Amino acid sequence: MDVRVSGVRKEFDRFPALHDVSLEINSGELIALLGPSGSGKTTLLRLIAGLESPTEGKVFFGDEDASLKSVQERNVGFVFQHYALFRHMTVIDNVGFGLKVRPNSSRPSSEEIRRRSSELLDFVQLSGLEKRYPAQLSGGQRQRVALARAMAIEPRILLLDEPFGALDAKVRKELRRWLREIHDKTKHTTVFVTHDQDEALELADRVVVMSQGRIEQIGTPDEVYDKPNSPFVYSFIGESSKIDVRVENGELWLADRRLGLKSDLPDGDASLYFRPHDVALVSDSDACIMGTVVASRRVGATRRVELEIGGASERIEIGISADHPAKEMSGIAFRPQHWRVFPKS
Amino acid sequence: MISNLAKAGWRFKRPSVIPGFGLTLGFTLAYLALIVLIPLTGLVWRSASLGFTGFWQVASDPRTVNALKISFGTAFVAALINVVFGVIVAWVLVRYRFPGRRIIDAIVDLPFALPTAVAGIALTSLYAKNGWIGQLLQPLGIKVAFTPIGITIALIFVGLPFVVRTVQPVMEEIRKEVEEAAATLGANRFQTITRVLLPGLQPAILTGFALAFARAVGEYGSVIFIAGNLPYVSEIAPLLIVIRLEEFDYAGATAIAAIMLLLSFAMLFVINLIQAWSRRRYGYGT
Repeated sequence: MDVRVSGVRKEFDRFPALHDVSLEINSGELIALLGPSGSGKTTLLRLIAGLESPTEGKVFFGDEDASLKSVQERNVGFVFQHYALFRHMTVIDNVGFGLKVRPNSSRPSSEEIRRRSSELLDFVQLSGLEKRYPAQLSGGQRQRVALARAMAIEPRILLLDEPFGALDAKVRKELRRWLREIHDKTKHTTVFVTHDQDEALELADRVVVMSQGRIEQIGTPDEVYDKPNSPFVYSFIGESSKIDVRVENGELWLADRRLGLKSDLPDGDASLYFRPHDVALVSDSDACIMGTVVASRRVGATRRVELEIGGASERIEIGISADHPAKEMSGIAFRPQHWRVFPKS
Repeated sequence: MISNLAKAGWRFKRPSVIPGFGLTLGFTLAYLALIVLIPLTGLVWRSASLGFTGFWQVASDPRTVNALKISFGTAFVAALINVVFGVIVAWVLVRYRFPGRRIIDAIVDLPFALPTAVAGIALTSLYAKNGWIGQLLQPLGIKVAFTPIGITIALIFVGLPFVVRTVQPVMEEIRKEVEEAAATLGANRFQTITRVLLPGLQPAILTGFALAFARAVGEYGSVIFIAGNLPYVSEIAPLLIVIRLEEFDYAGATAIAAIMLLLSFAMLFVINLIQAWSRRRYGYGT
């Protein structure tokens, strides 16, 4: 099912949570909504589900205007961060709930419901736990029950709100891989919300980066990581270092030093972004960034040094090879391999 | 060896980092003995002076049996009605924000504070033949005052806050997400309430029922005004006890009291068992 969000604005008590958001999701895609808290990602997910209604704008499922339909009619599978299981029902009753509440005309027989529920429990690798109550399960198991319950109604789209947020790191990684497998098998159009960039980059076909109620960038994990299109995305995804520079005649300058980097921005103040590990050390060139080492520490296979550039005020980090003899107060000259310049905001 | 001992089944005291187990348990037992157990033991001991045949005579006396039936019957019906309306009141107070909500919230507590005799007199004047409500019911052939219906109404009055106050906090804790989950799964409002919300409240409702019931069985002040106190018809067991006391039949009075004690304890015990079972099952309060 294709989903199209078109020009949606949402205000809570006149406080804007989303400004004019548009997004197209292709059938069968696994999409991550990524952003810091307060970026509007959960609001967008709830709008798609119909748990909130937009102040302005529309949501389409295929060609059909879903904004006119209630949550119940939209037939979406929604998985909550804190599972929201029905605690007075056994696992199998939880999974079968969506089928049991259907009107008589479309409700399968109770044996059929039972059969399909246990099939789904099998699918989420929980067979044998049918008779348990949610309180008797671990967090990871509960989230799998929640997913099975959402899938039982044969949803047109699967929406997950921080599905692994309440789980510990190990279970989280396991479930992440497992969700990818499930998606590859079922090909449900799936949207999930996360604030964990590793989760988004590892799992999603496309990542929607959000900030302050707006979509900053939509792209594949490679695109948002390698070609961030805004200072926000650059600093939010992966590590980044930022230097305040000046553009003059298509070249970047730091104080009175030419950096040997070109830019087509108009003359004026700008910010240079690059990945700390993506730099090349240069020896005695006049066109480079010069810094004085103020701290150095070993991080995994590389050495991370903190440099003082220009005045004492600016400090940045770069990653260099572990065997580099970076001593404190020694000088290092480097040039970023990949970088972007944004006009100073 | 030591670890084997440690594992060996039930032990009186589990190791705990919280100090003072001995002291607080000792205090609890002493206090309960002083306030609850000693008076009740005295009651049983006193009624035992009748001997078994004497006791049976009092217990099987039709007047006693009728009084007990009326007491427990009206208390049961009143508690049931309180469950229905108490849950609705709690629902309104928890779910909606409206002007005057705090006032209604405070009014719920009035039956706790009001001398029950005052309530009894007020209810009687309302429901008597010439009272505001009584005169409306009169043409319909419904008599409230001086009948078991009147007793039940008085008991509903005193029991209401127990249901509201036990259900309310649990209702407040229901996460919005649970309802939203039901909605996304296709459940309409009615199905969400009957299949998700109410079953989730069941332990709290049961507690409220037990408290309202227990309170109603022991109620005296409000009932005697509205009941009319006709033997065999509208005479409650607590009143019969007072009547026996006034006849200086102390043993007879304590015998009826002992029977009430036994019945009440048995009922509360069963309710507690049901609750422990559902708590274990659903994992409430763990």
